[in-house]
Amino acid sequence: MDEEYDVIVLGTGLTECILSGLLSVEGKKVLHMDRNDYYGGDSASLNLTQLYRKFRPDQSPPTELGRDRDYAVDLIPKFIIATGELTKILVHTDVTRYLEFKQIAGSFVYRDGKISKVPSTEMEAVKSPLMGLFEKRRAKKFFEFLQGWKDEDPTTHQGINLDRDSMKTVYEKFGLEPGTQDFIGHAMALYLDDDYITKPARPTYDRIILYTASMARYGKSPYIYPLYGLGELPQSFARLSAIYGGTYMLDKQIDEIVTDADGNFVGVTSGGETVKAKQVIGDPSYFGAGKSIDGGKMRVVEDGKVVRAICLLKHPIPGTEDSDSLQIIIPQNQVNRRNDIYIAMVSSTHNVCAKDVYVAIVSTIVETDKPELEIAPGLNLLGPIHEKFVSIEPLYTPTTSGKSDNIFITRSYDATSHFETVVEDVQDVWKRVVGKDLVLKKRDLEVQE
Amino acid sequence: MSKQYQFKLVLLGESAVGKSSLVLRFVKDQFDDYRESTIGAAFLTQTVTLDDQTTVKFEIWDTAGQERYKSLAPMYYRNANCAVVVYDITQTASLEKARTWIRELQRQADPSIVIALCGNKSDLSARRQVTEEEAKKYAEEEGLMWAETSAKSGEGVTEIFTAIAKKLPLTAPPSTRAGGARPATGARTGVDLNKQSTNAQGQNEACNC
Ligand SMILES: Cc1cc2nc3c(=O)[nH]c(=O)nc-3n(C[C@H](O)[C@H](O)[C@H](O)COP(=O)(O)OP(=O)(O)OC[C@H]3O[C@@H](n4cnc5c(N)ncnc54)[C@H](O)[C@@H]3O)c2cc1C
Ligand SMILES: Nc1nc2c(ncn2[C@@H]2O[C@H](COP(=O)(O)OP(=O)(O)OP(=O)(O)O)[C@@H](O)[C@H]2O)c(=O)[nH]1
Ligand SMILES: [Mg+2]
Repeated sequence: MDEEYDVIVLGTGLTECILSGLLSVEGKKVLHMDRNDYYGGDSASLNLTQLYRKFRPDQSPPTELGRDRDYAVDLIPKFIIATGELTKILVHTDVTRYLEFKQIAGSFVYRDGKISKVPSTEMEAVKSPLMGLFEKRRAKKFFEFLQGWKDEDPTTHQGINLDRDSMKTVYEKFGLEPGTQDFIGHAMALYLDDDYITKPARPTYDRIILYTASMARYGKSPYIYPLYGLGELPQSFARLSAIYGGTYMLDKQIDEIVTDADGNFVGVTSGGETVKAKQVIGDPSYFGAGKSIDGGKMRVVEDGKVVRAICLLKHPIPGTEDSDSLQIIIPQNQVNRRNDIYIAMVSSTHNVCAKDVYVAIVSTIVETDKPELEIAPGLNLLGPIHEKFVSIEPLYTPTTSGKSDNIFITRSYDATSHFETVVEDVQDVWKRVVGKDLVLKKRDLEVQE
Repeated sequence: MSKQYQFKLVLLGESAVGKSSLVLRFVKDQFDDYRESTIGAAFLTQTVTLDDQTTVKFEIWDTAGQERYKSLAPMYYRNANCAVVVYDITQTASLEKARTWIRELQRQADPSIVIALCGNKSDLSARRQVTEEEAKKYAEEEGLMWAETSAKSGEGVTEIFTAIAKKLPLTAPPSTRAGGARPATGARTGVDLNKQSTNAQGQNEACNC
């Protein structure tokens, strides 16, 4: 290990692997390490043995659950938005050649104690119980307004200025009921809370357009999902990195982040040896994760907590037309909370578990000191729960940009139901590390036909 | 009508046994004495003609060096239809490593995977440390195909890949990626991210929500 690297990357979560892959493609000499003996860090998908080792170290997986290798249980519940930023990176880097995707079969929303499908066709919309007839007409006008919007054509603006007027103003203009606002803001714009309502309408407009364009892309839901679980994503970017010369070392304990007298990054010590590099990128767990280190220097701070319950079911979720995969959003207002509750469910159709098993993850941002009670409205929708693994994970953000000390820290995976914020973090870290905006150039990989 | 089947083939084995050299010989009929460790190829493809009705296209994955520090991603051998596990006949330790890979494949890969054990560098038989008998006996016990090859002279290289093509089940349902053959005409079962959206205007389409 006496070589010197341009960048050492610590942790093989998706954020780190995308960065590692892109940096190697740029020609940087990358060493990528992880303390675990598997890829993925906090965004890994685990087989049964790994799942039990993590949540029930004193127990081995029951044989009735089936073969170990049939399982790839995600630790974080996220789906890929079909026309979102992650899809762009997947296509531009060509890692799609390692992956195979399927649609998520449906998107549902909770309203007045019941769940209903978010309409994906006009037929479904006409029959949808989510709105009454008159409200549907108002909603229709609202959507026509959004779809017709052209920045350069004031006749499409109907007196609204998206950059100045709040979303509240827009909702009021079309006379939309609170229930419809919940539906649009949370099930389509995918906001976790209601803070967006008083802010300028533009980002909400962008999100609704993203949602509807994604819905139109493949038809059933706006989401796609990789076969064999989300853990395939970091692995595919790690392979990209390796193909461009990146060196991979799993199962390496990181003893120390070595800095000089001024606190600038020098290298990383692992197993008694120090490897030098110009820069280090890593997930928060490699940098003290909330505890103060280095003479009181706090590199990452806690920024709330997420509670996640991974539930193994032996049946599809009731009331969902036996969907093999879905998302259910419980808007916060519906259950008197500040943050939405999400349910993400996948099954053997996506090669993530044995046949006739369904893996549902219920999650939300923690608001009280009894997080498990907070997700009860979600758990109650699942029917009998066969096995349940609950985790309460702090969310960390870095305290510094890394520009002065060459230590660049990524963020924890948040409570959103998709990867858009992960890509924002990738772009942010890239800019800090490289000093330029991330521009996706399509490169030709050597592939003979 | 002639049929083309496509299979994913992965290479495994200790560093420097000649994995990349074998592929280079098979795909481009070249050899390089001073080959650098593998960089830059996602995978290579090569077609084997079995008879005038049937061709088999191999999608050949190389490890990209990820195996060097025990860091090969499971994604690598997931869905592999066949694996060529390579050792160097002049290095006893490389056969030990090959055995470890074979155990790993038997544990993790699809049960129907076709595994070929390949003793490379047969041109260096003067420095031989692994006898033919020893390797062959082990392969028979484990139900593996076995051959010696030389990426340098080309001896045995096309033969082993052709033998694998013949052994692969061409009867499996063509639609599934896992385990069975799939017709090379494209159709994976899932969604294709690379395909341009049919309604290309994207956001100005009537929303489908
Ligand atoms: C949340 C939600 C979202 C919907 N999104 C769409 C959508 O994106 N596209 C869609 O065709 N239908 C959509 N609909 C369905 C639409 O509301 C129904 O077509 C309507 O309820 C039919 O009743 P109507 O008699 O008022 O309209 P009609 O007079 O029957 O409608 C005539 C035409 O208007 C268009 N239209 C209607 N509603 C919308 C809308 N919301 N957005 C854009 N065009 C619309 C359709 O092309 C339809 O053919 C949505 C419904 C709901 C509840
Ligand atoms: N004499 C001889 N040398 C060979 C043969 N095959 C490969 N070599 C040499 O062995 C060395 C390693 O070959 P590679 O093909 O790079 O081995 P590899 O298994 O791909 O190595 P990694 O990519 O590091 O895992 C090179 O110097 C090759 O020239 C062979 O059949 N005979
Ligand atoms: Mg090689």
